[in-house]
Amino acid sequence: MSTSILIIVFLPLLAAIVGGLGNRSLGNVAVKAITTGTLFVSCALSWPIFLGFLSGDYSAMVVPVLDWVRSGDMDFDWALRVDTLTAVMLVVITTVSALVHLYSWGYMDEDPDQPRFFAYLSLFTFAMLMLVTADNLVQMFFGWEGVGLASYLLIGFWFRKPSANAAAMKAFIVNRVGDLGFMLGIFGTFLVFGTTSISAILQAAPAMSGASVGFLGSRVMVMDVLCILLFIGAMGKSAQLGLHTWLPDAMEGPTPVSALIHAATMVTAGVFMVCRLSPMFETAPVALAFVTFIGAATCLFAATVGTVQWDIKRVIAYSTCSQLGYMFFAAGVGAYGAAMFHLFTHAFFKALLFLGAGSVIHAMHHEQDMRYYGALRKKIPLTFWAMMAGTLAITGVGIYWLHAGFAGFHSKDAILEAAFGRGTELGQFAFWLGAFSALLTSFYSWRLMFLTFWGKPRWAQSEHIQHAVHHGHDGPDEANPAWQEDAGHAVTHDVPAPGDMEGTAGYHPHESPVSMLIPLAVLSLGAIFAGWLFSEAFLDSAEFWDGSIYYNEGLIHAMHGTPLWVKLTATIVMLVGLLIAWFAYIRDTSVPGKFVEQFRLLHAFLFNKWYFDELYDRIFVRPAFWFGRKFWKVGDEGGIDRFGPDGAAWLVSRGSVGARKFQSGYLYSYALIMLLGVVAAITWVLM
Amino acid sequence: MDFGNYLALIAPELLISISGLVLLLVAAWVGDSAARPISILAALVLGVACFMVGPALFDGASGPDTNAFAGQFRADGFAAFAKMLIYLSGIACLMIAPAFFERLGAMRAEYPILILFSVLGTGIMVSSGNLITLYIGLELNSLAAYVLASFLRNDGRSAEAGLKYFILGALASGILLYGMSLVYGFTGTTDFTLIRAAMTLELSTGALFGLIFVLAGLAFKIAAVPFHMWTPDVYEGAPTPVTTFFASAPKVAAVALTVRVSLDAFGLQADAWRQIVIFAALASIVLGALGAIGQDNLKRLLAYSSINNVGFILIGLAAGTPQGASAVLVYLAIYVVMTIGSFVAILMLRDADGNYVENIRDIAGLSRAKPLIALILAGMMLSLAGLPPMFGFWGKFVVFQAAVQADLILLAALGIAASVIGAFYYLKVVKVMFFDEPAGVVQGRSETGHWVLLIGTAIIVSPLGYLLTIPLGLLADRAAVSLSLLP
Repeated sequence: MSTSILIIVFLPLLAAIVGGLGNRSLGNVAVKAITTGTLFVSCALSWPIFLGFLSGDYSAMVVPVLDWVRSGDMDFDWALRVDTLTAVMLVVITTVSALVHLYSWGYMDEDPDQPRFFAYLSLFTFAMLMLVTADNLVQMFFGWEGVGLASYLLIGFWFRKPSANAAAMKAFIVNRVGDLGFMLGIFGTFLVFGTTSISAILQAAPAMSGASVGFLGSRVMVMDVLCILLFIGAMGKSAQLGLHTWLPDAMEGPTPVSALIHAATMVTAGVFMVCRLSPMFETAPVALAFVTFIGAATCLFAATVGTVQWDIKRVIAYSTCSQLGYMFFAAGVGAYGAAMFHLFTHAFFKALLFLGAGSVIHAMHHEQDMRYYGALRKKIPLTFWAMMAGTLAITGVGIYWLHAGFAGFHSKDAILEAAFGRGTELGQFAFWLGAFSALLTSFYSWRLMFLTFWGKPRWAQSEHIQHAVHHGHDGPDEANPAWQEDAGHAVTHDVPAPGDMEGTAGYHPHESPVSMLIPLAVLSLGAIFAGWLFSEAFLDSAEFWDGSIYYNEGLIHAMHGTPLWVKLTATIVMLVGLLIAWFAYIRDTSVPGKFVEQFRLLHAFLFNKWYFDELYDRIFVRPAFWFGRKFWKVGDEGGIDRFGPDGAAWLVSRGSVGARKFQSGYLYSYALIMLLGVVAAITWVLM
Repeated sequence: MDFGNYLALIAPELLISISGLVLLLVAAWVGDSAARPISILAALVLGVACFMVGPALFDGASGPDTNAFAGQFRADGFAAFAKMLIYLSGIACLMIAPAFFERLGAMRAEYPILILFSVLGTGIMVSSGNLITLYIGLELNSLAAYVLASFLRNDGRSAEAGLKYFILGALASGILLYGMSLVYGFTGTTDFTLIRAAMTLELSTGALFGLIFVLAGLAFKIAAVPFHMWTPDVYEGAPTPVTTFFASAPKVAAVALTVRVSLDAFGLQADAWRQIVIFAALASIVLGALGAIGQDNLKRLLAYSSINNVGFILIGLAAGTPQGASAVLVYLAIYVVMTIGSFVAILMLRDADGNYVENIRDIAGLSRAKPLIALILAGMMLSLAGLPPMFGFWGKFVVFQAAVQADLILLAALGIAASVIGAFYYLKVVKVMFFDEPAGVVQGRSETGHWVLLIGTAIIVSPLGYLLTIPLGLLADRAAVSLSLLP
């Protein structure tokens, strides 16, 4: 196992280096083959490890790689830690990454910079693997920053597009805020425990549970402070309420990136971190309450916003944000197994939804606005069925009495039961928010499906489609390259009147190539079976987790002991959401318009994402720009430049003019200066 | 110590003076047609003189055995080091002259002879152990130099240069002589060693006056601010080979002489002159740099550059230590190579009519017409600016090092800061040659002798020059030690 973990982690790095440096000199196909091939090798090596932990053959181990820092009390190595928690993340990361690599063969086929793209993808995978195999907090931070970098590079992959650059910067900057919290958490942890080794910290954590420290004039619990700081890091990376604003904008990146980084893996790093440090969080009740509250609030917030978005990727992005909220409040109430289980199933069905959406976008010639979709069920049937599997999974379709259902059924139900079973007020709060969010989840997911695949074609008004029709879309389309994705129209607040825009404009959507369909098929299997197959192990088996997360036996019993109506809540709200969506988007398509007319303010509030961006713009961005401009104009140009470089240059040029005038050419003045020099020197020494 | 030993110690001076007289007769007899052979012979004489000072240089001769004529003349390692530089630059100035003057139809047999006498004077200056010897050497050099400056009699600028140089030089000589008489009057001696001994006590005002006046007279010869006013006009007006000579041999001699007088005769009164030297150093660096920035004429620019460089040399002197003296010698050696290289490069630039190009606008885009010359000139400029990896950096480095080790850290810091101003005009020349639109003025071929000198100096100035740091440092250290090991 020690050899294979080294190969799993470092093969993607090797591929990224070879592909990135080789770039054009190696050619598209070679780089794509190298990166994709290595990822499949990593994936093939990861599953045996996971299955080994599942069957109980393996136990946790640490594989040392290199010495890293030996400085006084600080002493840590590069080392790869493999336990159940890591194994779960390994299969998630390598599987989704391998499939996304394969998918990108088709999706990025017309892009001029394919080697760069694939190298970035592999680099991301390496960083993510470093994160999940970290044995100490500093190494975790290395991976944490590595995925942040890769995310930045990939969101801004189409760097010719200003909005992509802006989104990349936004993601990076917002993540800095979270990273500051994470860093402070690491510093504090080192201060308190004298080590950065995760296992040592977790062992020592219970003993520290009562300790308090003076902070800003009041006594606070040490562990609460540390855990909240670390959680702020998680909030940034996992787009939780307050630091979530970057995630929807990150959809500017290519869709495979959204699937891999902004749905399946990187954004779940925060959940992973909380689970990894779960024994530490268990000693910090206030921090856990904070986690629960933020998780539940994010869950509701993102779900409400997701119901009114038109961009297919943004709907799924808010859905991701919302599902991450589920995972966090599961962790907050102590159900770390459920949180990880939802992370696991979510990776499959959310990657599936994103890749399916990518397939739709590909079919619709880079059109991303669902208002211009419709009736695609017959045109791209394979994509349709894959999306259907994903939707059934995310909405949690299943039958309680048979204990069988799609992936989300098992994991989301477990989370709601755990929240209820926790028995605290906050648990109740989380339960009801979660339940309502499940209704909204069902509504926006089916809304997406109905708008996209049912109804009449509404393609005619799409500029992308018009473009394709006028220029033909067989063969490479120079005039409308992939990087113009979502460059078609300004966002409008009003729902277009139905009937205005119906028509196909003579466009024929085409099913995606086989390289894109294979990942859809594989992920569909995951979305259908992952929950059913693994729920036993993830939720009920202390042996499976083997101490890698905090396992709360009592909570598991409480979960199973919840009343029947609690267990059925998720299914019921799912059906309600489905019915509303069906009614509004199939039965009577005038309903949404009337609703918006009726509740214009509410709609505007949701459509503008609760005005978070506007708020941040007012209180952070504009003051920052104002300060920046002041520092630039007054401080730098007016102060440093004026009295520094510019002033010196001015002085020199004036001095040069003076020196020339000084040299008059007249002999008597020369002689006078000499004599004055002598007089001055005499005066000086006599003084 | 018998008379024969004295003659052996002044053998190079004897050789040069006798050869000079003989060649003068030959010139009078044969006329200007013998100008070239006489130049070659004069160069040979200086070559032989080099060999004669060699042993003293390499042994770092010091002590009473190096004193001739009751301490009036000193043939120690310090003098040998300076003489070696002087003779070599004399040879260079003899090599480059014939082609230049012949083109102007003004090659006269007196040129090599005047150079010889001027070199003789400078040799006596660096060997002087007595105020009288000092004055004889200085005047011997100066009188020849006045004539050399106005060597192109029909050229108004050349005549003006000679006249200005002469009048201001006479004024400076007056100041110097007045100072010498004061020193003599208050110490009762003209011998450096005895002056030093007499100046151990609290200095009387008269002696202090004398000291200042003597140093002011010497500052004129080394062209330190505020006694620099003649330099730009004379350097610009004098024929280029003569300018080359002024910037090398007499400069070396005057600096070496100043170092000797300051550290030997006035060595125990360093506190009296250090502040003034520091002021002159910084003023020279800044004014030299500022003056150079506004110049269009390359020779005038190099004149300001020489003022600027004297400032750096004076920093080494301000240290007042043997190490400082050694640094001054190293700086001088490198500076002489750089300045000769720069002037030779300028000498090699002519327009279509064969006239010499001196304006900075005319060398625009030189890198396309004359890539090698442009490259070497750029190397010289970067070296003069003191940019590593050129050898010029080493000279500045040792000088600043000496200042820092003498606890003159502020002076070193200011010097380094001021050298940034100087970098501007050196880089401007490089920029004009490499990045401006070609002016297309420079044409024609250059003489082989010039090429040899140019490439030779270029190799020393290039990073290869660092191979010389250890032997050069060793020789300079020995020379400096011989200066401080008093008889």
